[in-house]
Amino acid sequence: MQISKQEVERVARLARLEIAEAETEAFSKQLSSILTYIETLKTLKTDGVEPTATVLEQVNVFREDKSRPSLPVEKAMANAPESEAGHFAVPKIINET
Amino acid sequence: MALHKLTLRELSDTFGKGEVTAAEIVRAYTLRINQVEPKVKAYISQIKDAAMVQAEALDQKLKGWRRTMPLMGMPLAIKDNICTQGVLTTCASRMLATFVPPYDATAIARLRGQSYLLLGKTNLDEFAMGSSTENSAFGPSRNPWNLSAVPGGSSGGSAAAVAADECVAALGSDTGGSIRQPAACCGVVGLKPTYGRVSRYGLVAFASSLDQIGPITKDVADAAMLLNVIAGHDAWDSTSANLPVPDYTKALKKKDVKKLRIGVPREYFAEGLDPEVEQAVMAAVEELKTLGGEIKDVALPTTNAAVATYYLIATAEASSNLARYDGVKYGLRSKQNKTLLEMYMKTRQEGFGPEVKRRIMLGTYALSAGYYDAYYAKAQAARTLIRQDFEAAFCEVDLIVTPVMPTPAFKLGEKSEDPLQMYLSDIYTISVNLAGNPAISIPCGFSKTGLPIGLQLIGRPFEEETVLRGAYAYEQATDWHKKRSTVR
Repeated sequence: MQISKQEVERVARLARLEIAEAETEAFSKQLSSILTYIETLKTLKTDGVEPTATVLEQVNVFREDKSRPSLPVEKAMANAPESEAGHFAVPKIINET
Repeated sequence: MALHKLTLRELSDTFGKGEVTAAEIVRAYTLRINQVEPKVKAYISQIKDAAMVQAEALDQKLKGWRRTMPLMGMPLAIKDNICTQGVLTTCASRMLATFVPPYDATAIARLRGQSYLLLGKTNLDEFAMGSSTENSAFGPSRNPWNLSAVPGGSSGGSAAAVAADECVAALGSDTGGSIRQPAACCGVVGLKPTYGRVSRYGLVAFASSLDQIGPITKDVADAAMLLNVIAGHDAWDSTSANLPVPDYTKALKKKDVKKLRIGVPREYFAEGLDPEVEQAVMAAVEELKTLGGEIKDVALPTTNAAVATYYLIATAEASSNLARYDGVKYGLRSKQNKTLLEMYMKTRQEGFGPEVKRRIMLGTYALSAGYYDAYYAKAQAARTLIRQDFEAAFCEVDLIVTPVMPTPAFKLGEKSEDPLQMYLSDIYTISVNLAGNPAISIPCGFSKTGLPIGLQLIGRPFEEETVLRGAYAYEQATDWHKKRSTVR
């Protein structure tokens, strides 16, 4: 299984991960080798086998739709890289294409 | 009295009788940490001064009162991916290098409810991704038995801290072996509880369907003591099981395994297993037979698919979980942030180390359009088969015995250039996470070079008592757990 540098760049964009030229090369090699190993899964017969997403019994967990105590705003914002008047501040996004 | 040499149970008894104060305990551990930490590097942050303040307050409060709670005044170390209110929690990542959680993980809140003492936060592979702690943004920890060997990972700092007597016990987390494998490398006890037994609330998510918090301790009784406190349902984690919690220390009354059927899966003794490890594990199987166990062959035929299955499921979940590190709400934000997209991309480039990026890439690839069925859906089906293997085996036996890792601890740098080789060192532990069962790693011998070897006991879901009983019986019949690393 070969993962080309273009493929690496496509996946990196999907993952919102900027990668340097040298990293692209390394990822191309490493991911190819890991995926070649993972290809061995193809030999496993899984026709008609139900997928497992979680090992727990599937039950919905409900709670009452009532407000309950939560973190005060100052505490919730304390780790924000940038904030303004109790809100998370981010670069301007209007007009961005 | 050398307090740092005591087990949790011994120290708790001593404290309970009023023979030692909390301040004396912290003083003893401070000395020990100052002595060996420069060599072992188990901790990312030490908070001995804060622990001393807490200890003195506790001593003051306890004047004339009985000390009843088992973890009261006990000096613990916590893996640095478990949130501790007001105490830096970095996940060994530049991304969270300054993150101070505004809340406690549920497991921590329960320890705090017993007035435990937090000595510090321990090193790990970044976001718990790795098998050696070499992926830490703050440098690797060392194996106290041999400082040129890795302590295993990802909970390598917790295991090394316990092995070097830098804390009386610790918490780790286990997604594919990250409690059991470092416990084996460092010659201590590590227990991964059943998925859902311990709340994951406040454990920084890596792969949510696999992650569990568990104890790393000096012996089996200590693991039972810690599990008693952290286990149980939590409304803040909808995947935590709403089942009663037994008193796990009661599982330690019997010192034999009479009437227990113990399975040995032949697939775990195939090529790639170091002969010294095989010998030690088979000798342990013989010992369990002597202790009254009925030894049987069992088959886990999907074992060969486990590593591939795990590295698809765990990375897919990780790529989704780690999407939250975008420079907006907490953690690092790149200074290059003229546009929102640039901020995301640069923040993630600067914040994550190579292994985390590799896994995000692999998971994103496996989930991307056109590949989903071939990879992720296939892995989920394989996971079903792996789980069914265990269900079938546990119809015939009560415990399964295997090695923990194929070799003793490897040298620093030995596998860090080859991600796939590193992944393969988890081969004996990851199936258990995919199936959800509980499993323990206990010491069962040493290599010729003096490195510890671990024995894994796997049980049925929510039968930690049987796992602990088997482990305790073996431990009481052997002396491995009494051997201590010589680091000084």
